[in-house]
Amino acid sequence: MDLLYFAHVRENIGCSSEQISLPDNISDVSGLINHLRAKGINYQSAFENEDIIRVAVNQLYVNFDHVISEKDEIAFFPPMTGG
Amino acid sequence: MMKVLVQEQDFNIAAEIADIVSKRTDIGGIVTFTGLVRDFHGSNKIQKMTLEHFPGMAEKQLEAICKTAQERWPLLGGTVIHRYGPLNPGDQIVLVITLSAHREAAFDAASFIMDWLKTDAPFWKKEETLSGTHWVSAKDADTLKAEKWQK
Repeated sequence: MDLLYFAHVRENIGCSSEQISLPDNISDVSGLINHLRAKGINYQSAFENEDIIRVAVNQLYVNFDHVISEKDEIAFFPPMTGG
Repeated sequence: MMKVLVQEQDFNIAAEIADIVSKRTDIGGIVTFTGLVRDFHGSNKIQKMTLEHFPGMAEKQLEAICKTAQERWPLLGGTVIHRYGPLNPGDQIVLVITLSAHREAAFDAASFIMDWLKTDAPFWKKEETLSGTHWVSAKDADTLKAEKWQK
């Protein structure tokens, strides 16, 4: 699956996108975040405060309990500050 | 139909109005809002700003907000332009133009679009101050302003 990171999430992780294979035991966004946290301290700091993490699956905003699949594009970013 | 553009380059307000008004004579009012880069944030002096965005989704979200505005008010057209990339104090960031037969719809729709754009369009501001750079945090006040439009 394709993962995209923006703003401070991108800076903490150290890349703007990556491809991973979704482990069989992970079914939702929340599970994916926990899986990513185990990848290293950079992911832990990116996902440290879930209150300031927003998620879009295939460019649509979703909640952390949204069910995901291998073919999804999942983007993580902080609350928006445009305008 | 409203025109939506996400671009790095600056925009010209008069040219954008002329582009959508053209030779129409049914328009009674035009409202424009332009957002600029301020040189202060609280007591911090802003040297520069960078706007990051989610290409593709940014356009989609702006189009969705415009569509909702058009369903809610009798608009005769309009434009939303949001810039990204490096910006300096005084630079234009965002433009909203709304056209309608009567002013109320144009004023309300422009305000609605700006309030929703702040919380729903995937753009992020990073400010450069003398003490370093930091990502601007979202304001609860902006979320409340957007939510007040919910009926």
